[in-house]
Amino acid sequence: MSIGANSSGADLSVRDLSWAPARGGTPLLHPVSFEVQAGRVMGVVGPNGAGKTTLLRLLYRFHKPRTGSVLVGGEDIWHLSARDVACRVAAVLQEHPSDFALTVSEIVALGRTPHRRGFGGAAGSRDRDIIHAALARLELHHLGDRHLGTLSGGERQRVMVARALAQEPHLLILDEPTNHLDIRHQLEVLELIRTLPLTIVTSLHDLNLAAGVCDDVLLLESGSCIGFGPPRDVLSEAALSGVFGVEARRERLAPSNTDHLTFHLSHKETHL
Amino acid sequence: MTADVGTPVPMRRKGGTVAFVLCGLTLLLASLSFAISVGAVAVPAGTVWGVFLNRLSPGFVEQTWSQGREAIVWNIRFPRALLAMMVGAGLALVGASLQAVTRNPLADPHLLGISSGGAFGAILALLHTGLFLGLLTVPLLAFAGALGATAIVLAVSRFADATSADRLVLAGVAVSFIVMAAANVLIFLGDPRATHTVVFWMLGGLGLAQWDQLIYPLVILCICGAWLVSRSAALNAMTVGDETASTLGIPVARFRLVVFVVGALITGVMVAFSGIIGFVGLMVPHVVRMLVGGDYRRVLPGSALVGAILLLWADIAARTVMAPEDMPIGIVTGLVGGVGFIWILARKRGA
Repeated sequence: MSIGANSSGADLSVRDLSWAPARGGTPLLHPVSFEVQAGRVMGVVGPNGAGKTTLLRLLYRFHKPRTGSVLVGGEDIWHLSARDVACRVAAVLQEHPSDFALTVSEIVALGRTPHRRGFGGAAGSRDRDIIHAALARLELHHLGDRHLGTLSGGERQRVMVARALAQEPHLLILDEPTNHLDIRHQLEVLELIRTLPLTIVTSLHDLNLAAGVCDDVLLLESGSCIGFGPPRDVLSEAALSGVFGVEARRERLAPSNTDHLTFHLSHKETHL
Repeated sequence: MTADVGTPVPMRRKGGTVAFVLCGLTLLLASLSFAISVGAVAVPAGTVWGVFLNRLSPGFVEQTWSQGREAIVWNIRFPRALLAMMVGAGLALVGASLQAVTRNPLADPHLLGISSGGAFGAILALLHTGLFLGLLTVPLLAFAGALGATAIVLAVSRFADATSADRLVLAGVAVSFIVMAAANVLIFLGDPRATHTVVFWMLGGLGLAQWDQLIYPLVILCICGAWLVSRSAALNAMTVGDETASTLGIPVARFRLVVFVVGALITGVMVAFSGIIGFVGLMVPHVVRMLVGGDYRRVLPGSALVGAILLLWADIAARTVMAPEDMPIGIVTGLVGGVGFIWILARKRGA
């Protein structure tokens, strides 16, 4: 049984979504609207502090919006229970689990939590099949009995992705999935993003990776949406130069004949 | 951090767990038997179980022992050993649960102000009010104090918006200091000749165990323990992180507070009957994780089992080291626990 057999994407529809901390008031995200059709990959890019994490937290129902709504498959996530949302939306975050001696299989099994009813959440045979499939998909079977604390950064990241897949979500949210990964593991994560049949929203630091893997890109600056659309349109030299405070150039790579963005500090700053 | 290829794979789950439970239960019964037979008057284990069986169904075994022996075994040692088991199991369960919801491996039933509140209540009864409610005065006031301190911690966490794991711990520690300061005021104002009773209460002891009082810790332990075990999956998720747990459908802040209150109920009732017994709740879950892994479906029952065994032996030590005097059991658990913890620390460094 493959994960894809039971999973499919859901439309994500975001309307006038904004957020500010309950106290203090300064909005960290100004109203933003966008649509991501089922099965598409949306990237969220922008400088540090632009509001990428805030936006993602609103999408996985950690923050309650100040205004606006998030609809997954046409349903407002705040009209559903946390558990029902967890059956539709999974997230791979940058939290570092403390070492409480859980094994890889046990972490992946956590993905079945929202689907379980009953005392203590005993695993059924279907649960076990799904956990096995998720472990197999991320090539983690040989690590099943290892403690998370003994794994490398790349292996841990794969464990958390497997855990999210075991949740059988329709929408998968990834927060900087390539952070701290070596180049091979970065490419593997991107390959996975490309091939999963789910709707995916991912924040990415590397703009060239974003351009390569995303169908649509949302560019944020200081909590405001600067652009939304196909990477070629949104990640223009002018927009990136303004948002990141650098000189961005789109260059043509030979011999692969693909676009590649390069960045340089603007002339004035290099003299500082 | 590099992957260590040579890391031992934890014991195979199914068989390992069954073996662990069987070994644990056997060891528990053996420890119980030994705890009751040892003491100023040594009683053979056969007599211990003879008394027990005859109490269950009179005449089951031919009585070969004196009435005096029977009284020692049934009226003094049995309730004391059972209380030791319940206190050990309860404190270990609370420690394991709090460690998960605070993601703090140092979380302990006594960390969050619960025990300070219990001490405040007990000191009030011992030095100021007198036993106006009879023998249950000290336990009742200690329990009320524990719940009062818990209420204050909850109020502070709401007032200071301290719903995150770290801030809840800090709020608990702060309240613990304030309540302890208030308790010390009570000691200061009290009769100095009576303060040694406070010292003995605070160091913990099981010498006052009586059959008709065991029902209170038993009921609370069973109800709260069952609830915690039923939440094993959520506790597992909490160890990964607040945000990840919330994406798994767990109402993180509320769940943490409920676990805290359930833990306060257990700790409060245990503190009320046994005083402050340190280190059991802190250390036992770590030992259990080394034996059965980190899954709370095994950690919780395992902690209860190991905690019960550990406290039986701590009480045996407390009764025999300075016989015929009882040494306060808190001294034993502190000493053994502290040394044991250093051992765990040294082991972890190598892992």
